[in-house]
Amino acid sequence: MLTRTSLSVLSAALFCIPVFSDAGEWSGYVSGEFRAFANSPADPRQHDNNFSLSIQPEYYTDWDNGRQSFTIVPFVRWDENDNERSHADIRELTWLKAADTWELRAGIRKVFWGVTESQHLVDIINQTDLVEATDGEEKLGQPMINLALIRDWGTLDLFVLPGFRERTFPGEKGRLRFSPRIDTEQTIYESDDKEQHIDYAARWAHYLGDWDIGLSYFSGTSRDPRFGFGQDNKGQPVLIPIYDIIEQWGLDLQATLGDWLWKFEAINRSGQVDRSGQDKSYTALTAGFEYTFIGIADSNADLGVISEVLYDERGDDALTPFADDILLASRLTLNDEQSTEFLLGMIFDSDDAARLLTLESSRRFGDNWRITLEGQAFINIPNVNTELLVGVRRDSYLQLEIARYF
Amino acid sequence: MHNFSLNIKHIGLFALLGLPLLAMAETPEEKGLAIAIEADKRDTGWQDQTASLEMVLRNRHGQESKRNIRTKTLEVDGDGDKALSIFDSPRDIKGTAFLSYTHALVPDEQWLYLPALKRVKRISSNNKSGPFMGSEFSYEDLSSQEVEKYSYKYIRTEEIDGREAFVIERKPAYKYSGYTRLTTWMDTEMYQPLKIEFYDRKKALLKTLTYSGYQQYEGQFWRPASMSVVNHLTKKSTDLHWKDYRFKTGLTDRDFDRNSLKRAR
Repeated sequence: MLTRTSLSVLSAALFCIPVFSDAGEWSGYVSGEFRAFANSPADPRQHDNNFSLSIQPEYYTDWDNGRQSFTIVPFVRWDENDNERSHADIRELTWLKAADTWELRAGIRKVFWGVTESQHLVDIINQTDLVEATDGEEKLGQPMINLALIRDWGTLDLFVLPGFRERTFPGEKGRLRFSPRIDTEQTIYESDDKEQHIDYAARWAHYLGDWDIGLSYFSGTSRDPRFGFGQDNKGQPVLIPIYDIIEQWGLDLQATLGDWLWKFEAINRSGQVDRSGQDKSYTALTAGFEYTFIGIADSNADLGVISEVLYDERGDDALTPFADDILLASRLTLNDEQSTEFLLGMIFDSDDAARLLTLESSRRFGDNWRITLEGQAFINIPNVNTELLVGVRRDSYLQLEIARYF
Repeated sequence: MHNFSLNIKHIGLFALLGLPLLAMAETPEEKGLAIAIEADKRDTGWQDQTASLEMVLRNRHGQESKRNIRTKTLEVDGDGDKALSIFDSPRDIKGTAFLSYTHALVPDEQWLYLPALKRVKRISSNNKSGPFMGSEFSYEDLSSQEVEKYSYKYIRTEEIDGREAFVIERKPAYKYSGYTRLTTWMDTEMYQPLKIEFYDRKKALLKTLTYSGYQQYEGQFWRPASMSVVNHLTKKSTDLHWKDYRFKTGLTDRDFDRNSLKRAR
C-alpha cells in the first residue's frame, strides 16, 4: 500500500539525493522473515505460514562541520499473502541544523519518548505501523518541524506536526488482526480537516543525578483509533477506525540506582471516546523496575528481571487490552562477540486467565548478518466479541528473521 | 577514553607528594602514589581528543571479528572525563552511540542511543567489570584512570622490552571493580603504561595488556598506536588499533549531552 503522500515524498526525496551524492554514505539492511503459526486461522480467508521480505536503506550526508545533515530512510515490505502488509513508507527524510543552544529539524522523522518496556504510553508523536509488528514498536514516519531548545535547565522540544498518518492494519487475508477486519477505506475523523489537521506537541527532558525526567504535552489527532461497526462494499461486517481530537499530558521518570532501574510513565488524556461511547478524561500508567544480576554464574552474561504494572482508569472500556495487567520478564544478555540476547516476557491479565507470552532473541553471525527469533503466544483469550484480542486468539506464532546489513 | 587523564583536587598536597627525590623516607605506597600523580600531571591539558579505533577480537581458534569505533573525549576539571563512542561496525549496530560521564569513586552516568528505536536509554553503570562489545576489554579498562580510583604501591624499577619501567601495584578503590589487583609497568620517561597484569576476584592472573607504538602529540601527550589484551583463562584476545588522534579540536559540553547522542555520526 503506497499512499499518495509517501509516493510524492519519495519522489521528492529521490530528486534531492544527487545533490548530496558525493559526500554521503549508504547503509541499511535487507531482511527475509518467515512466520509459522501454531493453529489454523480463525477466519478461512486468512493465510497459514507466511514469508515476507523487507528492505530499509539509509542515506546520510552532513556538512557545515557536522552541524547540518540530511538523512533519508525509505522502507519497503513485500508480503506473500497480505496486501495491506506489503507497503512502503518514508521512515525518515530530515534536514537537521544544530547550533549551540538549539537544534532544528524539518521533514519526516521518528521520535521516541519514554522509559518502560511493556507499553509506551507517553510515546505519541509517531503512528504505529501495526502491520510490521504486533507489539506496536514499529512506527510510521511523521512529518514535522521540531525545534529543540537546549539550556541548563534541560531540553525543550517543540513540535508542529502537519499531516496525520493512519494506523496500518493487516488486511482480510492477514493474520494477527482484529475480527471483524478493519476497513481503513471508511476511516472517520472528528476534525473536519481529517488527516490534514495540524497537531502540536512539546516535551521538556532533563536529568538530575540518578534521575531522568520527561514532561510532555500533545494536542491533536489521537494516534489510537476507536472502532465503529459497519459493512464493506461486499456487505461483510467490518470495524471502522475513528480518530478523535485529544489533549494529552505525559510524565516519564527513570531512577538509575545501582543495579536497579525504576521506571514510571503516566498520561492524562481528554477527548478520547472510550468503548462505552463516553468522552471523559482518564489516567493511565506503567510503573515497574528492571534489576540486573551482573556476571551470573561466573560468566560474562547478565540476567535482568523486569516487572511492570499496566493500569488504565477506564478498565474494560479502555481501547487497549492492558487496563489492569502485570508484566513479568527476563532478559539474558550474553555479552559475547555475537551480541546474543534473549527476552522472555509474559503479561498477565488480573481479571481473567488471559496471558500474552512474548519471546525476542537475536544473535549476529559473521560481520554483517543478524538472525532474530521472535514469537508471541496468546493464551486463554476468551472467544467473545467484547474481547479486544479475540481476533488473534488462534494466531500464536514463531518468527525467524535473517537480515543482511550493509 | 583510555587516557590517563587524571584530576588533581588537592594541588597543594599533591605538589608536596610530587617531589619524590626530596622524600628520602618515602614509603613504597607514597612513591607509588607520587608516580601516579606525576603521570596525571603530565597528561593534563589536552582539553579534548578525537580518535578512531579498530577492535580485533580473536577467539581461541584464531578466528577474528572486527569492530570500528570513533571516540570523542572531553577533559573535565576536577572530575572524570566525558566520553562519546560511536559504532560504525558491525553494521547491525551502526549508529549506536554510548555516552559516559566518568567519575572516580561514584558510579559513572551512562546513556546508550539505539538508532533503530530512536531511543536514548539511561543504563546502569555498576557493571564496569563487564566486557566491552564482547571483547576482552572491560568498561573499567577503557574508562578514564583517575588517581583516586586506586591505592598504589611501588615495587621496583626494571627494564621491559628495552625500556625502563616503574613496577607499581594498584588496588581498585571502586567496590564494583572486577579486579583485586593490577601490576603496572609504567615507563619512566613517558609516564605511560607499557604493560598491565590484571588479577581477578579470585586473585588469579586473568589477563595481560600490552601497549605499543607510543607517539607524542602536541609536544606533550603520549598515546599508543596499539593495545593488546590476552585473557589467560579463555585464551581469547583483543587488539585495539588507534588512528587519527587529534587534540584541542574545540569540543564542548554540548558535544557530550544527550541531544548529541541522537545525532552522533
